[in-house]
Amino acid sequence: MDTTVHDRIRQQVTDNPVVLFMKGTPVFPQCGFSATVVQILSHLGVKFKGVDVLADSSVREGIKEFSSWPTIPQLYVKGEFIGGCDIVREMFETGELQQMFAEKEIPVRA
Amino acid sequence: MAMDAATIERLIKEGLPDARVSIEALRDDGDHYAAHVVSAAFRGKSRVQQHQMVFQALGSRMGNELHALALQTSAPED
Repeated sequence: MDTTVHDRIRQQVTDNPVVLFMKGTPVFPQCGFSATVVQILSHLGVKFKGVDVLADSSVREGIKEFSSWPTIPQLYVKGEFIGGCDIVREMFETGELQQMFAEKEIPVRA
Repeated sequence: MAMDAATIERLIKEGLPDARVSIEALRDDGDHYAAHVVSAAFRGKSRVQQHQMVFQALGSRMGNELHALALQTSAPED
């Protein structure tokens, strides 16, 4: 549909190593699922760019098509879609998330 | 704007006929559920792909009528 929104999203996930599309901001998440992912990233000391989809309805809809993923939050690392809240939490609990950041050379708090 | 657990289970099974589905209501609002889906179709797929298969079965409802479905997927153990 709207290629410009997809282009903008692609630009954001290319320009920033870690991007979280979320409801609200990292400081004031407006949804428990977004808050969970923010907490995990903060716990790991991973620097990320938060994109508030509530501030732009075209991004809110566009991101769902971009990733074929119907829900927010969505985590991208080095341009790759990693998953939503459940996957990120599961990966964090098994240590896969930390491993993935290491493989992608994203600094994580030791 | 809400769904009952039986509807969610039916939709998932329509998309993934061999699936074993267990659903738990997280809140009594018909809007927040946790689902554990086990299907042989998940073999060899990444977690993202597995969740996408469940979302596909639920169609446009996910994210709309159904606000929150905490999802856990796995392939059956041999």
